[in-house]
Amino acid sequence: MYETSYHRPSSLAEATQLAAEKGDEAKYLSGGMTLIPTMKQRLAAPEALIDLRHVGELKGISVNGRSIRIGGGTTHAEVATNEEIKSVCPGFAALAGLIGDPAVRHMGTVGGSVANFDPAADYPAALLALGGTIHTDKREIPADEFFQGLFETALDEGEIVTAVSFDAPDQCAYEKFRNPASRYAMCGVFVAKRADGVKVGVTGAGASGAFRWSDGEQALSGNFAPEAVDGLTVPEGDMVSDIHGSSAYRANLVKVVTKRAVKKAHSH
Amino acid sequence: MGVEGIGAKVLRKEDRRFITGRGRYVDDMSVPGMKYAAFVRSPHAHAKINGIDTSAAEAMPGVIGILNGQQLQGDGIGNLICGWAVNSKDGTPMKMGAWPALASQTVRYVGQAVAIVVADTQAKARDAAEAVVIDYEELPVVTKAVEALKDGAPQLHPEAPGNLIFDWELGDKAATDEAFSKAAHVTKLHIHNNRLVPNPMEPRAALGLYDPAEDHYTCWTTSQNPHVARLVMSAFYNVAPEHKLRVIAPDVGGGFGSKIYIYPEEIVCLWASKRTGVPVKWTSDRTEAFLTDAHGRDHETDVELALDADNRILGLKVETTANLGAYMSLFSSSVPTYLYATLLSGQYDIPAIHANVKAVYTNTVPVDAYRGAGRPEATYVIERTMETAARELGISPAEFRRKNFIRSFPHQTPVIMNYDAGDFEACLNAGMEAADVSGFEGRRAEAKSRGKLRGLGMSCYIEACGIAPSKAVGSLGAGVGLWESAEVRVNPVGTIEILTGSHSHGQGHETTFAQLVAERFGLPVDNVQVIHGDTDKVQFGMGTYGSRSGAVGMSAIHKALDKVEAKAKKIAAHVLEADEGDIVIENGEVKVAGTDKKLGWHEVCLGAYTGHNLPDGMEPGLKEGAFYDPTNFTFPAGCYICEVEVDPETGTTEIIQFVAADDFGRVINPMIVEGQVHGGLAQGIGQAILESTHYDDSGQLTTASYMDYAMPRAWDLPNFKVSTTETLCPGNPLGMKGCGEAGAIGSPPAVINAITDAIGNNDLTMPATPEKVWKALNAVR
Ligand SMILES: Cc1cc2nc3c(=O)[nH]c(=O)nc-3n(C[C@H](O)[C@H](O)[C@H](O)COP(=O)(O)OP(=O)(O)OC[C@H]3O[C@@H](n4cnc5c(N)ncnc54)[C@H](O)[C@@H]3O)c2cc1C
Repeated sequence: MYETSYHRPSSLAEATQLAAEKGDEAKYLSGGMTLIPTMKQRLAAPEALIDLRHVGELKGISVNGRSIRIGGGTTHAEVATNEEIKSVCPGFAALAGLIGDPAVRHMGTVGGSVANFDPAADYPAALLALGGTIHTDKREIPADEFFQGLFETALDEGEIVTAVSFDAPDQCAYEKFRNPASRYAMCGVFVAKRADGVKVGVTGAGASGAFRWSDGEQALSGNFAPEAVDGLTVPEGDMVSDIHGSSAYRANLVKVVTKRAVKKAHSH
Repeated sequence: MGVEGIGAKVLRKEDRRFITGRGRYVDDMSVPGMKYAAFVRSPHAHAKINGIDTSAAEAMPGVIGILNGQQLQGDGIGNLICGWAVNSKDGTPMKMGAWPALASQTVRYVGQAVAIVVADTQAKARDAAEAVVIDYEELPVVTKAVEALKDGAPQLHPEAPGNLIFDWELGDKAATDEAFSKAAHVTKLHIHNNRLVPNPMEPRAALGLYDPAEDHYTCWTTSQNPHVARLVMSAFYNVAPEHKLRVIAPDVGGGFGSKIYIYPEEIVCLWASKRTGVPVKWTSDRTEAFLTDAHGRDHETDVELALDADNRILGLKVETTANLGAYMSLFSSSVPTYLYATLLSGQYDIPAIHANVKAVYTNTVPVDAYRGAGRPEATYVIERTMETAARELGISPAEFRRKNFIRSFPHQTPVIMNYDAGDFEACLNAGMEAADVSGFEGRRAEAKSRGKLRGLGMSCYIEACGIAPSKAVGSLGAGVGLWESAEVRVNPVGTIEILTGSHSHGQGHETTFAQLVAERFGLPVDNVQVIHGDTDKVQFGMGTYGSRSGAVGMSAIHKALDKVEAKAKKIAAHVLEADEGDIVIENGEVKVAGTDKKLGWHEVCLGAYTGHNLPDGMEPGLKEGAFYDPTNFTFPAGCYICEVEVDPETGTTEIIQFVAADDFGRVINPMIVEGQVHGGLAQGIGQAILESTHYDDSGQLTTASYMDYAMPRAWDLPNFKVSTTETLCPGNPLGMKGCGEAGAIGSPPAVINAITDAIGNNDLTMPATPEKVWKALNAVR
C-alpha cells in the first residue's frame, strides 16, 4: 500500500468539504472491502482517505409500509438481518446475506457497493429489478440511470451515496450462481413482480455490468413461471467471456438462474 | 500402552498455541536493527535484461541498499541447482539451465527475482522496488510443455536445446510391445494433470542475520527441512560454511512440498545481511506466493492398457510430457520419474510396463513436488484408465480391479518398486460397504426424479512413502541420503526431550512423537518436549515430506528409545539387584517382573545423573541418539469411492459422499491421521473440480489471487467417511506406512470417474468446472 492520509469527518457536510479540498486525490472509505484490497495491491493510490463510517446521516434503515430506505453506510449484515426488510421484501434481505463472507458482510456497505458498481456486485441487480432510487448528497437518481457501465455510475466527483430506496414488490427473489473462486456472482438474477409487470435484473454475466433482461421481463410479465423463459435465447455477444466462463455459458446461466429466481419468488 | 500411547486419540499439544494465535512463525521473529526487503521481480515471462537503473530508487527515503545479480555472482554465490540427477534414455545427463538467485541477463518467468531492496520498512522497500527501472527486451514466450517441444518454439536455456531437459524411460519396451501384440482389447486415453499452486496458509518468509563479530550467519526460514537448507546453502550456494550457518525453521504454517526447496529469497536475504550490515527480513505476500512458490503437477499423458480376452491386464504404455517450468527446482527431476513411473503398476499385477517421460522447460513458475509428488499423477493415469477400460468392456469397475489385484507379497513390479505388504481387497470391500455401492442404482434413480445426474467413481491407489532407503535413492540419482536422525534426552527428573530431524508444519509431531514415549515408559505426553527445526539443536535431519516422518522419523526415535530403555534397565537391575532381563518399565515405574521390587522412572533417571550407584564402567547420563535408514519404501494403499450429483442445467458438481478406506499400517494417533486424510481429500477434490492455474499467451499468470484461483472451501466438501484397515509394514519397527499424502493421491480419479459416470461422457479434464461439465454434457445430449 502507498502512503496515504486518513480523515474522519462526522457529518456529510464535513465529508464533502474535505473531498472538495482534497480534489481527485481523495477517496471515500466505507467498509473498505473493495478499496483497501485494491490499495494493498497497489492498484489504487489515493493520497487521502475520507472515512464515511462516522457520518450519522448515512446510517439507518427505515421501512414505512412497503417503502424501504437504507442508509448508504448500512452494512450488508444489517440489511440481511433486518426484521422489517425480511418481512416486507425477503428477497432483498436474502441477497445481502449472500454477499461475500461474514467478515465482508459486517464491514461492506450498501453505499460502497452501489458506488463501486463492480460488474459482479449483487445489489445492482436488485435495484434495477426493483426500480430503486439512489440518493446522494445532491440528488436522487433512478437505478436505470445510475448504473452506466463497468465500474461506471452517474456519480459526480465527490458525490456521496447517502441511501437507496425502493418499494417492495408483490413477489421477488434473488438467485446467485457463484464464481467458484471469488464467490461473487458469475450470474445473479433478481426478479421482481408487481401488478404492472415483472422486472429482471442480471449481474455478473453482462459484458457491460448489471443489466435488465428485457426479453425475460416480457415473457415473465405474461406468465410469472419458470417455463415462461424456456423459448428465449440470450444473445451471447452481450455476455462476458473470461477464464471463468465463456459468453455461451453465461448466456445459458442467465436463463437457468432466472428460472430458479422465479421459482424461489413463488416460495418466499 | 498407556492411555496416551499408540492408538490413542490424544489431542494435539501444539494446538493450544496455534489456536490462540501464539504460534511463532518466521514473520513473527524480530532481531535488533532488523530491516525489510522487497524483491524487484520480472513483469515479463521471457526477456533479456539490458540494464538496471537503481538511482531513483536509491535516493528514496529509508532505502539502505539495492543489490543485483551481478553483485551476487561477484561475491561467489552459486546458482540454484536440482539435486537429483536423471539421465535420458540415451545415457546423457539431464540438461540443467543456470538459475541465479537474482537474474542478471535473462528472466524466464513472471515473478523471477532480479534485485533486492532493503529499507527501513516493508512499505518503503516496496515503494523503492517499484522505482527500480529495468530495461527489458521482451522475448517470445511458451507456457505449455507440448508446445515448447515443437520446432520453432521459443528457446529458454542454451544448455537445453529444444527445451528438452531429459527424455527418460522406465520398464521394458520390447516386452510391453510384445504384450500389446497379444491384446484382445486396448484402452487408450489422453490425460491432462492440471498444474496446481500449493497455497500453504503461511506464505514463505526469510530472515537473514549476519554477525560480523563471529563471522556467523543465522537464517530463519519457512522450511520443511532446515538441515537440508543449511547443507545446500553452504555446499552449493557458497552463502556460508556449514559450521558458520544456523538455520531455524520455527512454526511453519503448512508446506505441502513447496517449502522443501531452497528459494532465491533466503539465499539473497542472508547475503544481503552481510552486504548491508543489517538483519534482513522478507515476507511473501499472497501474489508473490502464487508467482514464486514451486507449482505442482502439469503433465500431459497418453496411456494405453492392453487386456487379454479374460480382462486380465497384459501391459501398460505411458508417454508423459512434464512441464518443469523455467528452471529445475531442487527435486523437480525426481517427481515425474522415480516418484511417478515407479508407481504405474498401481495395485495390479501388470506383467509389462513401459513409460517414457519428457521433461520440458517453459516460461512458467518452476514445478516441483506438491503433496503426493508424482504419485497423484501416476494414480490418476492408472485409475482413470482402469475405470475407462471397465466401462468400454461393460463390466463392473470394482470387479475388473478385483480380478487384477496383486495378491501375494512381496511383489516385484516391472517398474522398480517391490511392494512389501498389502491387502487391496480388504480396502475395496471396506470402501464398497461404507459407500453402500449396492444401493447406488436406487439413489441414481431418485436423483433423476429431481432432475439431477448421479455418478459413482472409484480409485484404488497405492503410493510409495517412507522416503527413502538411502542406497536405493542414491543409485537412482539422489544427491542426498534419506534416513532420519533422533536424539532422546532424558532429564534427571525423568522428563524427556526428543530431538528430531523431522519437521512439523501442521502434522502434529509434537503429539504423535510424544506418544511413542507414553507407549514405551507410560509417561504422560506432557512430560515430553519435541524439539525440531533448528540446526543448532538437532544435529542433522532430512526433514518432512513424502510421508516420511512416521515411517522414517519415528523409527529413528524408536531406535533411540531402545537404547534409552536398555540403559535404564541396566541401571535399575544394578540398583534392585535383579537380572536385567527381568526388568519391565510400565506406567512410569521400573519393576522387577513378578516381585514388588521397583523404582520410579524418575529415580532411575536421577540415578543416571548422580552417578552414585551405577554399574561399574557405565557412563553417567541418559541420552541416546540414533540414525535410521529405511530398508524399503512403504506402500500405503486404499480404496476411495466418490458419489456426485451433477446439475445438468449449470454443470455444477456436488460431492454427495466421499469414502476413504485406507491402509496406513500402524496408526499412532487416529485423530491426527483422520485429519491428514481430510486435508488431503480437500486438496485432491480441489484439484479435481476447482483449482485451475492459467497462463495467458504472454506468460502472465492470470490466476494469481483467490479472486481467480478457486481453493476448496468447507462447503465444497461433504462429511468424509474415513476408515482404516491395518496391514503392518514389515519394513520398519513400528509397522507404519504413512498417511500424509494419500488423500491428495487417491481422490482426483475417484471424483472424475464419478462425474464422467454421471454425465455419460468420459472426455473431461481437471478441474471439472461447471462450464466444462456443462459442455461435456452438451456434447452427448
Ligand atoms: C472477499 C470478498 C468477497 C466479496 N463478495 C462480494 C459479493 O459476493 N457480492 C458483492 O456484491 N460484493 C462482494 N464484495 C464486495 C463488498 O460487498 C464491498 O463491501 C462493496 O463492494 C464495497 O463496499 P464498501 O463499503 O466496502 O466500500 P469501500 O471499499 O470502502 O469503497 C468502494 C468504493 O466506493 C467508494 N465509496 C464508498 N462509499 C461510498 C459512498 N457512500 N458514496 C460514494 N462513494 C463511496 C469508495 O471511494 C471506493 O471507491 C466482496 C468483497 C470481498 C473483500
